[in-house]
Amino acid sequence: MPGSGSGPTPGSASGPTPGPRPGPETVVPDPLADRRMLAAVRRIGLGRRLIVMGVLVVLLVVLACLALVLGDRVLAPGDVVASLLGLGSGGDNFVVQGLRLPRLTLGLLVGAAFGLAGAVFQSLLGNPLASPDIIGISQGASAAAVGAILVLGWGGIGVSFAAFAGAVVVAGLITLLATRNGVAGSRFVLIGIALAFLAQALIGYLLTRADVRDAQSALVWLVGSIGTVKGEELAVTATAGLVLVIGLILLAPRLRMLQLGDETAAGLGVRVTPTRLLLTLVAVGFAAVATAAAGPVAFVAFVAAPIARRLLGGAGTASALVASALVGAVVVTGADVIAQHAFPGLQVPVGIVTGIVGAPILLGLLARGNRTRGTA
Amino acid sequence: MTATPRNAGKPGAAELLSAHHSPARRRLIRVLGLGGLLVGVLVAVGLSLFLGSRSIDVSTVLEALSGGRSGDAVEQMVVLDLRVPRTIVGVVAGAALGLAGTLMQGLTRNPLADPGLLGVNSGASLAVVISIAVFGVASPAGYIWFAFLGATVAAVLVYAVASGRTGPTPLSLTLAGAAVTAVLTALTTLVLLRDLDTLAQYRFWSVGSLVARDAGTVVTLAPFLLVGAVLALVLGRSLNGLALGDDVARGLGQRVGLTRVVAGIAVILLCGSATSLAGPLVFVGLVVPHVARRLVGADFRWIAAYSLPLGAILLVLADTLGRLIAQPAELEAGIVVAVIGAPVLIALVRRDRGVIR
Repeated sequence: MPGSGSGPTPGSASGPTPGPRPGPETVVPDPLADRRMLAAVRRIGLGRRLIVMGVLVVLLVVLACLALVLGDRVLAPGDVVASLLGLGSGGDNFVVQGLRLPRLTLGLLVGAAFGLAGAVFQSLLGNPLASPDIIGISQGASAAAVGAILVLGWGGIGVSFAAFAGAVVVAGLITLLATRNGVAGSRFVLIGIALAFLAQALIGYLLTRADVRDAQSALVWLVGSIGTVKGEELAVTATAGLVLVIGLILLAPRLRMLQLGDETAAGLGVRVTPTRLLLTLVAVGFAAVATAAAGPVAFVAFVAAPIARRLLGGAGTASALVASALVGAVVVTGADVIAQHAFPGLQVPVGIVTGIVGAPILLGLLARGNRTRGTA
Repeated sequence: MTATPRNAGKPGAAELLSAHHSPARRRLIRVLGLGGLLVGVLVAVGLSLFLGSRSIDVSTVLEALSGGRSGDAVEQMVVLDLRVPRTIVGVVAGAALGLAGTLMQGLTRNPLADPGLLGVNSGASLAVVISIAVFGVASPAGYIWFAFLGATVAAVLVYAVASGRTGPTPLSLTLAGAAVTAVLTALTTLVLLRDLDTLAQYRFWSVGSLVARDAGTVVTLAPFLLVGAVLALVLGRSLNGLALGDDVARGLGQRVGLTRVVAGIAVILLCGSATSLAGPLVFVGLVVPHVARRLVGADFRWIAAYSLPLGAILLVLADTLGRLIAQPAELEAGIVVAVIGAPVLIALVRRDRGVIR
């Protein structure tokens, strides 16, 4: 809208005001009524928020129990609790503490990190396509990891490191290239997509030139999988995640203001460009940490935030972020339980399950929401 | 002030060929520009015929094309059996993808959309993998109908899911496309992880290439391509209305739902044909509309017209370049397109102030 900036614009407020500028009371006719309504809306919103969060947490607990109980050796819940406290038999202790708990924890961390990465990107850039798997972060990580596997012959933690570096390099490139009098959302995303295609081409090149067997093992990484988890890997992921979460908590209020538009946020005292950069850094960090740990697990980052927002029915930024993390964690944990146990005698990478099982379920949820709530 | 969000409708600085001219003069300039691009297509075709791991001189090429037999038999064979088919496929697939991309961006009202969003590539990929793994198909020409079928089924599925009861919105199309793509890609990967022989073949198709294509398949697919192109070119005015938002478009007397359905059909026909000819090459469909918009502004009729020759030029040049830079081996066109296209797109995006918000 032209003329919506500062300064009195003739004709925009009530027409025949004789004075030089319209008084403030014409803008807010009845502050009390407005506030009462707002409070009522908030109360409904709060109830719904609590229910949604509660259901997600319960779901997560159920999935966690399943992940700990199920396996080649099915344990009774009592034995699981005993083993968690270190009181079970030696074999049980090893299975629970050494295998199942680390895998579960990594799944939770990775899911939450993907969810948060997608949520921050999507609200920061104001575009549903702005998730790390679309704007090149995942592809950058993948290209680096595939290069490490196929060209350098690396494995294990080296590949994770390469993936992390790839994600960070691509994110840096996007930011560098997109910065021009501030970072505009669509410019950021488009440049990201361009780099995603470039990285994809590099992956294609590497996969076609390599030995087929090596290409296949690279493919396993490319789908995203959580396998045997080493302690130090878990510790690094958790520490990085914690740092990023603290950063996000500090930045969340400003993210909310940025969502009102850059100019409004600036008016509210936010330094737009540095804040955007910091938030980008945090989102990239989440995506890079998750991808390094598990590979680019399909679709989680893309869909966690839209689902969360649909469940919440348009709540504030902070609850949307928390819900996105929960949705991401539920999706990855659930998918990993299915990947491990639904196909006996077959090890399926978790990324395949998030694709085949997760996407339709999530899609159905979105479609239902669409029908009841109209266009988003 | 590049970050201001509401400049989309203004005839911004982006319109190189049309700024500050009277309508008649602007039209003339645009027609001339289109003529220039067609000349560009001819030049690209010429380069594609002459250049390669074996550079062949003009007279030999012309003689081969006119059916003469006096020249070097090997060189004539190279021209007729290898270069002519891939050039034809390049022109057709490039033009189709460019046009499909324009439609897609108009349809979803999203400058980030490419035809791949409709699930075309993932559908074609899964079908090709099945054709290799189950039916033992072993050549790109054999994949064609599988790819076309897969692309069509996937796109129809996306469209149906996105439509629900209320008809598709830009957001629902985007999400449905991403979800269907995720499912199909996961299925494809599942097959590839369990079948080494299929992976060995599939990976070469999946980067997108014009090698070993049969020009006859272009003739077979011609009806689909023609119908798609005609629909796309007719839709220009409706897409202009759609760009203003559904409500405004309705207010202008347009049938928004019908426009979306027809545009969807056109994208499926164009992109499905192109993908079955050349493999998944969507990047063309993303870059070309941006270049076209930069040249002619926001009018979809002109963007569509320009995207045809631009797409053809990009793909044919990429294929030619791929033959030259990695001699004696070749770099697949799909890889070269990304290497050329990504910097072009980035440069455009960086310079643009009006159209891309």
